[in-house]
Amino acid sequence: MIEKALKGSKKYWLWVLFLLSIIFIGFLCYLYQFKVGLGITGMSRDVSWGFYIANFTFLVGVAAGAVMIVLPYYWHNYKEYGKITVLGEFLAVAAVTMCLLFVVVDLGKIMRVFNVLRFPTPNSVMFYDVIVLNGYLLLNLICGWTVLHSEYKGTKYPSWLKPIIYLAIVWAPSIHIVTAFLYQGLPGRHFWLTAVMAPRFLASAFSAGPALVLVAALLLKKVANFDPGKKAIDSLAKTVAYAFIINVLLFIFELFTAFYSGIHSHQAPIKYLFVGLEGHAEWVPFMWIATILAIVGILLLVIPSTRKNETTLVLACIAVFISCWIDKGIGLITGGYTPTPFETITPYRPTLPEIGITLGVWAVGFLIMTILYKIVLEVKSSKELVVKYEGVLYKK
Amino acid sequence: MYNAEKVIPFIIILIIFFTIPMWLNFGRLEAIPQPELPKEEKKCVESKEYMRAYHMKLLDNWRKKAIRENQHLYTASNGKNYTISLQRTCMKCHTNKEKFCDKCHNFVITHPDCWDCHIAPEVAKKWQ
Amino acid sequence: MAIKRRDFLKLTGLTLVGTAASAAVGDLLTRGEVKAQEYATPPEALKGKRWAMVIDVKKCKEGQKKGCGKKCIEVCHYLHNVPSIPDKKKEIKWIWEDEFEHAFPEQTDEYLEEIFKDVPFMLLCNQCDNPPCVRVCPTKATFKREDGIVMMDFHRCIGCRFCMAACPYGSRSFNWFDPRKYLKKVNPEYPTRTKGVVEKCLFCYERLAQGKLPACVEACPEKALIFGDLADENSEVSKILKERVALRRKAELGTGPAVFYLID
Repeated sequence: MIEKALKGSKKYWLWVLFLLSIIFIGFLCYLYQFKVGLGITGMSRDVSWGFYIANFTFLVGVAAGAVMIVLPYYWHNYKEYGKITVLGEFLAVAAVTMCLLFVVVDLGKIMRVFNVLRFPTPNSVMFYDVIVLNGYLLLNLICGWTVLHSEYKGTKYPSWLKPIIYLAIVWAPSIHIVTAFLYQGLPGRHFWLTAVMAPRFLASAFSAGPALVLVAALLLKKVANFDPGKKAIDSLAKTVAYAFIINVLLFIFELFTAFYSGIHSHQAPIKYLFVGLEGHAEWVPFMWIATILAIVGILLLVIPSTRKNETTLVLACIAVFISCWIDKGIGLITGGYTPTPFETITPYRPTLPEIGITLGVWAVGFLIMTILYKIVLEVKSSKELVVKYEGVLYKK
Repeated sequence: MYNAEKVIPFIIILIIFFTIPMWLNFGRLEAIPQPELPKEEKKCVESKEYMRAYHMKLLDNWRKKAIRENQHLYTASNGKNYTISLQRTCMKCHTNKEKFCDKCHNFVITHPDCWDCHIAPEVAKKWQ
Repeated sequence: MAIKRRDFLKLTGLTLVGTAASAAVGDLLTRGEVKAQEYATPPEALKGKRWAMVIDVKKCKEGQKKGCGKKCIEVCHYLHNVPSIPDKKKEIKWIWEDEFEHAFPEQTDEYLEEIFKDVPFMLLCNQCDNPPCVRVCPTKATFKREDGIVMMDFHRCIGCRFCMAACPYGSRSFNWFDPRKYLKKVNPEYPTRTKGVVEKCLFCYERLAQGKLPACVEACPEKALIFGDLADENSEVSKILKERVALRRKAELGTGPAVFYLID
């Protein structure tokens, strides 16, 4: 099947070339970082995780979110998702690959990465995160590829796949729960020390993941003549809406706890992010952009006419996606590290090479997604019966 | 075999390509490295043969014992005691990394990263 | 000569099995050559069950007035090849000085702030009883020794910095660059670190093994830093803590810090 990705229009190759050039720039930046050290990033003694881990956390969500499509299709036999299920699975593949790459570029001693496996440490959440992420990558690759291959051959997928599909469904939330546990079990980081972290991660995942699939599906409809089905799009839009509203609600609950309790240390990171603290307001504009996007997204998704209109729906999904990215990415990380354990503020700003590497990793993800989606489209279209009768195209 | 006239030459080309280092160095005899041994001390912690073959294993075990198990004293097979420390024990006799360690390491093109952290005596001298 | 696919696969499998077997046998052969060697704790080593430090902040203040020049920091950072990096954001420190409101942010009020206005607080790794950094480390590169010291195995650290996120005391530093550039002079008896690993105070485990007290304790002309075994009732630290008022940083987090600050 892989040969399907090797033939394509000029536009397809231009897009691939564009991604490859960004990957190349990112790779050069990484070589620089490899040589000089992580000091080329904006991270510091006080803010020791930054843009990489922010993107990692967000993308774990995107990967887990794909389950919102896979689950109804296989578990509830929701046939409308038949065409986009494999898109969800392959999105998960691309997203988890990006996650792993973000962890790798964040390591100080990359040559020793396999120490995690050589010295398994069950008391470390990171140990479980490595297991669940790699497991999820493998499961989705197996499920997506096998189902697509069966379709390619014109048969139903083999019966041994069924338990693996169910396992992948159950596995999906685990990757995000474990990732939340990385943060919520740390003493002394007030912004992270909250039981609502894991559910909030899941809610944002179940909105950002499907939002991306939705945008991708509608984009493919436009550029590649792929029809995801009207009902599928509508159902998916509702999933995004519900999950995102729950995400925002959970955040408001956090606000209530912090401000009604009056506990200063719980308020400080939130104040830093939204209004600035002690003269530091590095991320205030970003957090307000996220807030406005969240409001716009919810409005567009809740009002039936805008949800059913494809243009406004895509806008809503992009708004939700970016809002989640700011909030769960950089907001979560800088909020966790601010104020420092000494109740001081050390500002963090990513540097250019850091952004270069980040873009490079994103480009790798998009390249994987492009190749996999291309294969999907080719396979699906080759199965479609098209008859030309008296100059008119008839589709089956 | 199908296309034998194409396959066989290609296999030969491949074999030649992958053995290039061998052909390029054919007949060239590099002098076997002669690391400079300490003048005062005649005996290392273990026998010459053992050290030659297993010094990296010994050093790794030293690290594990000293750092992870707080056992900083090594009793060699001849009963002599040594403090476990690369810089305070090994390098007191082997006073020059370039003339000792590097000699063989360079010959076999291996670059252990010991010296990223541990300070070779000659490097320490230059520093001050 | 036509090798059937089936035969080819069989041959491949056999080769793999053979390779694995020979590797295993080879391993057995070399194992036999490693002689039985013994390791022990040196007899002169200081032995304790729960090492701890008590810091008398008043004495520290007096010492600074007399011009001690913060010998504890100087000696520690020299002996352990801790680089002095000008960029505060990337700096590395094992022991350093800070103000009361930064050392004890949750206990600060205007009166205490006034009382402790010019009092230096020497901060270092608290060598916790229940260290969060050890809990989160994915490779056991940082671990707790039997005598309570939270150790670092620099050979094993992968530089993920999870421990830095977990430490509520900001005691850990990361090597953002090659630290050697920032060392003016070195102690040839101790290694430096390499870029990409995390480091912190290790309670001078290497000096304890030689029967010496931690460098900062020995260096302080005022004897403001006192080191000893909490498990020993008769040790100096135990006696002092029975009589005087001491604070521990963020004790409410359950980490069980082993560094005490005498404030009376």
